[in-house]
Amino acid sequence: MASIMFILFSAMIIVFSILTVTSRKILRAAVYLLFVLVSTSGLYFMLNYQFLAAVQLTLYAGGIVVLIIFSILLTSHISQKFESSGWKKNIFSAIAAITGAILSIITILDYRFSATNEAAKEVNMRLIGKSLLSVDYDGYVLPFEVISVLLLAAMVAAIVVAKKGAPKTIGLPKINQE
Amino acid sequence: MNSGIPVQYFLILATVMFFTGIYGFLTRRNLITILMSVELILNSVNINFLAFNRYLYPHKLEGMFFSLFIIAVAASEAAVVIAIIINIYRRFTTINVEDVNEMKF
Repeated sequence: MASIMFILFSAMIIVFSILTVTSRKILRAAVYLLFVLVSTSGLYFMLNYQFLAAVQLTLYAGGIVVLIIFSILLTSHISQKFESSGWKKNIFSAIAAITGAILSIITILDYRFSATNEAAKEVNMRLIGKSLLSVDYDGYVLPFEVISVLLLAAMVAAIVVAKKGAPKTIGLPKINQE
Repeated sequence: MNSGIPVQYFLILATVMFFTGIYGFLTRRNLITILMSVELILNSVNINFLAFNRYLYPHKLEGMFFSLFIIAVAASEAAVVIAIIINIYRRFTTINVEDVNEMKF
């Protein structure tokens, strides 16, 4: 049962990620990306990380994809098709990607992974919250605080960059004037 | 091991996804599709972290917290990138990377 689910999820991930980078219509590419992210969260459920799967669903599939779709709607026509970038560029990029993938897969298959015999830890919400706020050896309070500062900085930066500034400071000569 | 799937399968899946993202990053010319390729790459790294944590170090939580922080960084990165894209579109009326080649102020 688990292997069937794994095959289903991984087939969905591979097919839809290839469609994401090759689709000629940008809105379809965004929807394929959504499918990839949802199947990834299915893999997290299979690995028994329920909290992270929920975070993946809400933040990635709910937040980032909606943000991307909004910016697509703001910046391009839905029915517009890309012209394909030249075949030379496509072929050389494909050669680079496939070579890298084959090298990594050979390395992975060569390496002998050794598992530990320790008992698996039950990952529940209480443990996650305590680890995030603890200052002990296996606590994560420092990265937690750093990420909170990062989120604040990103929010301020996004507002400052995207707002319409006063013409004195940002209003430069327009490049594409009709 | 849990559910009989070897850890190598997860790693190979993440590798294929990572290099698909690399391919998109190299061939795409629209800024938003480049951003989508970067999201694919970050996501494949998350799969790697979680597979390592579950299969090789199940008594620890480092991989889980690392991918949690990666998701937070990816979210803030997407917000800033989309603000920049909207600003570029306002100034150049295009988001094609080959047409946006001036930094003149």
